Amino acid sequence: MASKKQMIELTVNGVHREGLAEPRRTLADFLRDDLGLTGTHLGCEHGVCGACTVLVNGEAVRSCLMFAVQANEQEVTTIEGLATGGKLHPVQEAFWECHGMQCGFCTPGFVMSVYAFLKENPDPREEEIRPALSGNLCRCTGYQNIVNAVRLASEKMQAAASEPVPVTEQAV
Amino acid sequence: MKPAPFDYFAPTSVDEVRDLLAQYGDDAKILAGGQSLVPVMALRLAQPSVVIDINHVRELDYIRADAHGLAIGAITRHCAVERSTLVREKAPLLSAGVEWIGHPQIRNRATVGGSLAHADPAAELPALAAALEATFTVTHASGTKRTLKADDFFVSYLTTALAADDLLSDIYFPALPTGAGWSFVEVARRHGDFALVGVAAIVGLDGAGNCSDVRVALFGVAPTAVRSPRAEQALLGQQPDEQAIAAAAAEVAGDIEPPADVHASSAYRIYVATNLVRRALTEAAQRAQ
Repeated sequence: MASKKQMIELTVNGVHREGLAEPRRTLADFLRDDLGLTGTHLGCEHGVCGACTVLVNGEAVRSCLMFAVQANEQEVTTIEGLATGGKLHPVQEAFWECHGMQCGFCTPGFVMSVYAFLKENPDPREEEIRPALSGNLCRCTGYQNIVNAVRLASEKMQAAASEPVPVTEQAV
Repeated sequence: MKPAPFDYFAPTSVDEVRDLLAQYGDDAKILAGGQSLVPVMALRLAQPSVVIDINHVRELDYIRADAHGLAIGAITRHCAVERSTLVREKAPLLSAGVEWIGHPQIRNRATVGGSLAHADPAAELPALAAALEATFTVTHASGTKRTLKADDFFVSYLTTALAADDLLSDIYFPALPTGAGWSFVEVARRHGDFALVGVAAIVGLDGAGNCSDVRVALFGVAPTAVRSPRAEQALLGQQPDEQAIAAAAAEVAGDIEPPADVHASSAYRIYVATNLVRRALTEAAQRAQ
């Protein structure tokens, strides 16, 4: 039976990872249970709630709707991969400062969706922000502050992008 | 793990897919973007013993234009259609409609072929295919190819003319006649949900400003996406003024018997459909030159 476990090798948050999994194992379960990356949350497990959103090759996808074998040799980014050197990513900072969460369960999915969205659209209009969030559900209904967080994150990221690079970090 | 166990194959060419279909046929399911199949497997409504993942069949990932229209490979993702300047130029109705499909995360994975083969009656693409009079190229396990029109491809609720050992390989969307106007409108409880009712409409005008081409495709109102011949006939040859469009829209009720469910009664769907057809024809006529 080919339904026996297969070796899966992939890059997660820039680190080479591997594990054995049955073909029916979703990417979400593989990240959480086999790789121990429990930041990715599972809500509905059939593609409605968006809590399990991760980036595959830079694009936001629902990790409960992909089998882990399909991520073989691909690049995955999870919520654990956003902060660098103990410093939160501007999207995470903005969610924190705007209190863009209530219970926090849906937050990893929202943050990953917003991260992917702002990479493509750094200065979105309000009417672009809402559809971009439409694939993520917040059962606490804390949407207003989430929209505020997207706006703040956009400002933070643009400010960071326009800052002059310190001389010591410039390529010589 | 929610889905039942299955054997997994990831072929890289249509020929390999054909071999696998010949071998497994009835037991196999083709996995494209997985945005409909995987939920159905998670709920164990489907328990295929073999899954043939066609995501590595790169020869089916393309958007090509010729003099008469657009050919789109079955594994082309919605996000690629959405971003394509070629599609925006050659088939703006398709660009507009694809934006209504699901959410960004869905469109990043979902494929044109997958959505059409799944044939959800409330989905956008089957109605777009019906309005644009798309043709479907089906490759059989034996290697023979056949082409089907939307009418023959969509059979019923979640059912197409595809046999277990068929692969939907290419979809051809003929370009609109020069100067034809188009419109895509939809009512859903939340943006990205399946439609309560949606309409794709096309209006072409002759030199005198009379309608020479009228197409009205509806979704969410029948077991498949449907055209409304009565509405189309009512407007054909007429000046597309407010009165003529309202009269044509009123004809839709004679063509559909929408289902009643938890989201809406049949009567309400007819009411919404009539209004959406009126809006769609108005917008399409305004865009027509």
